[in-house]
Amino acid sequence: MARKLPRKDVAIVGLGWTGSILAQELTDEGLDVVAIERGPWRDTATDFLISYAQDEWRYRLQHELFLRPAQTTVTFRNNANQTSLPVRNWGAFMLGNGVGGGGVHWNAETFRFLPSDFVLRTHLTQRYGANFLPADMTIQDWGVTFDDLEPHYDQFEYLCGTSGTAGNIKGVIQEGGNPFEGPRSQPYPTPAQKQGYGHVLFAEAAKQLGYKPFPQPSGNLSQAYTNPLGVKLGQCTYCGFCEWFGCANYSKASPQTTVLPVLLRKSNFEARTECEVMRINLDSTGKRATGVTYVDSSGTEWEQPADLVLLCAFQLFNVQLLLLSGVGKPYDPQSGQGQIGRNFTHQTMSTAVGFFDKDKYNFNPFVASGAIGMCIDEFNGDNFDHRQLGFVGGGYIGQVRTNGRPLESMAVPPGTPAWGAKWKQALRDSYLSTIICGGACHASFYSYRDIYLDLDPVYKDRFGRPLMRMTIDFHDNELKMSAFLTDKYAEILQKMGATQVVKQPRKGPYDVTDYQTSHLCGGAIMGEKPDNSAVNRYLQSWDVPNLFVVGASAFPQNAGYNPTDTVGALAYWSAKAIRSQYLKNPGPLIHA
Amino acid sequence: MRRVRPRLVVSCIGLSMGLICNALAGGIDKQDFKQIERGRYLSIAGDCAACHTLPGSDHPFAGGLAIETPFGQILTPNITPDPETGIGAWTDDEFVNALTKGTGRGGTRLYPAMPYTYYTKLTRDDALAIRAYLNTLPAVRNAVNPNQLPFPFNIRASLIGWNMLFFTPGTFQPNPNKSAEWNRGAFLAEGLAHCGLCHTPKNFLGGDKTSEPLRGYALQGWFAPEITNNSRQGLGDWSVDEIATYLKTGHNSTSAATGLMSEMVTRSASQMTDADLKAIAIYLKDEPSQNENRAASDKPDQTVMKIGAAIYADECAGCHAANGKGTSGLFPSLNGSPTVQQIDPTTLLHVVLRGARSAATDGAPTGAAMPQFDWILNDDQVAAVLTYIRNAWGNAAPPVSAGEVRKTRHALVQRSD
Amino acid sequence: MIKGALPWQPGSADPPSLATPGGWHFFTAQEGATVEAFVDRLIPPDPETPGGKDCGCAVFIDRQLAGPYGRNEAYYMMGPFQEGTKQQGPQSAATTAQHYRNALVALDAACREKFGGKAFADLSDAQKDDVIGGLEVGSFKLDGVDSKEFFVQVLTDTRNGFLADPIYGGNKDLAAWKMIGFPGTHYDYRDWIDRHNERVTLPVVGISTHPNWSK
Repeated sequence: MARKLPRKDVAIVGLGWTGSILAQELTDEGLDVVAIERGPWRDTATDFLISYAQDEWRYRLQHELFLRPAQTTVTFRNNANQTSLPVRNWGAFMLGNGVGGGGVHWNAETFRFLPSDFVLRTHLTQRYGANFLPADMTIQDWGVTFDDLEPHYDQFEYLCGTSGTAGNIKGVIQEGGNPFEGPRSQPYPTPAQKQGYGHVLFAEAAKQLGYKPFPQPSGNLSQAYTNPLGVKLGQCTYCGFCEWFGCANYSKASPQTTVLPVLLRKSNFEARTECEVMRINLDSTGKRATGVTYVDSSGTEWEQPADLVLLCAFQLFNVQLLLLSGVGKPYDPQSGQGQIGRNFTHQTMSTAVGFFDKDKYNFNPFVASGAIGMCIDEFNGDNFDHRQLGFVGGGYIGQVRTNGRPLESMAVPPGTPAWGAKWKQALRDSYLSTIICGGACHASFYSYRDIYLDLDPVYKDRFGRPLMRMTIDFHDNELKMSAFLTDKYAEILQKMGATQVVKQPRKGPYDVTDYQTSHLCGGAIMGEKPDNSAVNRYLQSWDVPNLFVVGASAFPQNAGYNPTDTVGALAYWSAKAIRSQYLKNPGPLIHA
Repeated sequence: MRRVRPRLVVSCIGLSMGLICNALAGGIDKQDFKQIERGRYLSIAGDCAACHTLPGSDHPFAGGLAIETPFGQILTPNITPDPETGIGAWTDDEFVNALTKGTGRGGTRLYPAMPYTYYTKLTRDDALAIRAYLNTLPAVRNAVNPNQLPFPFNIRASLIGWNMLFFTPGTFQPNPNKSAEWNRGAFLAEGLAHCGLCHTPKNFLGGDKTSEPLRGYALQGWFAPEITNNSRQGLGDWSVDEIATYLKTGHNSTSAATGLMSEMVTRSASQMTDADLKAIAIYLKDEPSQNENRAASDKPDQTVMKIGAAIYADECAGCHAANGKGTSGLFPSLNGSPTVQQIDPTTLLHVVLRGARSAATDGAPTGAAMPQFDWILNDDQVAAVLTYIRNAWGNAAPPVSAGEVRKTRHALVQRSD
Repeated sequence: MIKGALPWQPGSADPPSLATPGGWHFFTAQEGATVEAFVDRLIPPDPETPGGKDCGCAVFIDRQLAGPYGRNEAYYMMGPFQEGTKQQGPQSAATTAQHYRNALVALDAACREKFGGKAFADLSDAQKDDVIGGLEVGSFKLDGVDSKEFFVQVLTDTRNGFLADPIYGGNKDLAAWKMIGFPGTHYDYRDWIDRHNERVTLPVVGISTHPNWSK
């Protein structure tokens, strides 16, 4: 029987990026806020020490900063004809856990989406005709535009101190930036990071091929910075132990390095860690959240009443909590009815390995940051004419190699035996002169009728709750797109002077053992109407007006960029709506 | 200080007889909110909470905190208005005498861990203002046994002799040759803010070495550094603004407050007015510059320096930079740092072995922390890297020995803070 | 509950435990000899760089199998267990440690049968290479054990031991990192980011291996 706690104004589920941003915004309104985080407290000087953070085995291979599947996991099948089975050890994605969430271990690649990404169905239909899109592709317009979100992208980037070169300021294209980006109101808060040899070589080759390369926008800062909250970050030292790892010198933007120092000093904020939320509690009408119930680390169940509940957990768990709490209607792929769980997407990743002459090229791959790199955007989104290509979508292509960590840098030329003296020699010869870049082609993953989330019928978590089930496979559209982008990247590698290029385009079936970023999206998508979305344009639940669901769960489809900048912008956008509209007049913000 | 009496007479009109009696005695007017607020501010400047409030407690000033002294532990009394376990039943005179003369109720001596030797600078009105504030706090029932020191220090009568040697009672006398600002700074620094209690070396009986004011003192696992105007070990290279900013925010362009000073800044100095902090800074900067170089005359062992440089490059440069200059406001500068060049390396050892969190204030909320290195550096290695930073980049200070490291490591292990 | 300030306690760091040298913590003497022989063929010694055995790859594997890695502690190990597609990943109810134990027994049994009573560790280098090659393609059958899966497991763990930080028992004296040109766990490369196509001259270091800290 859950013990009831004193009421709070706001209960936030999860203290990652969105939870931290919303807590900061709402405590500024004077509200009494509690954040309930499933994982442990983490901070730089106690958890990411410069004397042992650089441990590839511990953090990259054994995933120490991540959720353990033993604590909870998901089940997976490619299609409804298969039996879903548990993901017993992580592969295709890694889920964060603990205060800071993904913000602790991310690369800090900080891309905005394109203006056309937000009105995708309208845009593609207008350009190519409705018949150009596959019939079972369920992409939608978001209900917000790039222009709506621009000030909030700006807010998030200035919170982080993002390092970059602007490409378009108020409509004026800027030299050295991304000419395809939507117009931004001001330059980045800090200049772009410095680049390594391989990155610079890519940019030169790209220019020769007629492209316009630009530095990847990076949350690993090029210089020391003080953000608008007064919190200071340091200068990134290109240590090469960035993504998967915590940053030891305060130079990677994370909730810890940007928000929490200010948030935690407020008397109207409290965080409870190692407390797992079981469900959102609803009143008898089912239309009002009364709070959440959670279990602490001793196994005691607590009921936390609150006037406003914000789901700020990772995408998968936002969706799971909606399903477990009976909010909205679960998606049924047969009938197409129900909003919770549909339009689930991932990211379409591919690359090519470039082998170079070891006597001429030394890339020092270990001198890098998580978001270093030079990119081109000519083949992202609808930046190029798809009419003759037979697919829609695209992605950025870049030499964005982040590290030279040995266990991730073992590529040897094709035909090399996997073991023995020849393998050893090949590794010796290849390590410094090979470009291995898993994130080189970072492309969109559009939504389909048969890719979705629901509750697994068999497998349970340690509380006896059903695990989330992913039903997901690649469609021809994404595979064709991947082959196209991979070819373009390979061409650039050739131009750079590679003696051998081994293309690795994405191939189906979707493999849950092969890492493809943790950019899982959708399942509780935002939209203009309750019959085609789970939350409205402010991320407010259509079904339960005092519940907001914030995160990449809101994306109706995934674009050809990393999601975090957009997740941060949506958090600020939603916070503004809550502060300026909802609090004055609690209730549905959109009357559909 | 301000003459309060005429005001009190004026505001007395219409009050009850009892209050008039109090007012005429120059005492406390419960409705004089200005006096209460002044008292609150003075109690913050005096940092009463440092000793009288248990950390994290919801009961301010209820006492019971164990204060480490060289002679043993003392438990701080309850100074809430509780009549039985606090000071609610004390007369105003008893309160004033406790603060300014070191005598408790019934004439018992207070140990100078209660810095009456500094608070003696307060006027009677100052003391009463503080009492007026304390009277507004919730009365907390918390009986504290004040007698914790071992023999012979538990014989309070011995303090009569101690006071004769080391205590000069008397309110603050402004220096007519100095500015009003300087005098305010002197009143605070030599009085309420009691800087010397931590920063002035002590003789073997625990009294201030008045010949070496503010030359630094080791206490509770730290070394409160020299804050004279010596340019190597003191504040000689800091401007008035740098000092004031440090006191207000816990950070300035080169340094960060940690440990006991961080607590003092967050609890006390950061809550004081900018004018008062500037006054303290002006006072400190006006002390004669003592620029004799008190560093060791022998150059450090070059092998040790080489090893220290290698350790520094691998473990320290990622934050403090190859040139030792760190990042302004985030990673303290070691290059030219007074903390690094203190003759006594206790603070350096503490910070490197155990790590330390820097102050977090409204003006500087980041609160970056130094990680612990005790697990990766043995005694020789700590000694080498500290010797290195103490003598690189133009720094000069005595080398640190492995023996010193071992002793401090052992002492720190005993500590829970 | 966290309120009012960033929490910080002295001594809250969680540094790695260094693998203690000497002896086997998981393997029996026979198993240890087998795995040492195996890793030394996967990564043979050469004049420049020691092989898998001298680099401590078998020690790495042993220490890992004795710990949470061997016990699959981080894995979701609730049933029901059933084989799925390749894309659905490992679904075994047996732990990694159990798999190793079973496979090493089967390996020796199969070798004894084929090579006149000799266990794997007693074979000549050429014979060992033969066996390993057969496991790799699945032609050397093991009783109750999938040869290819076993080969991939040992190869992966051998490489892990070879190239992980020496604190885990392998990569002895940073030999593997020296071989490839990885300078190790340096954290500050600001002086090198602009030096393109130049060999980094920093001493090779690990988390707890700093030859440059000695006289």
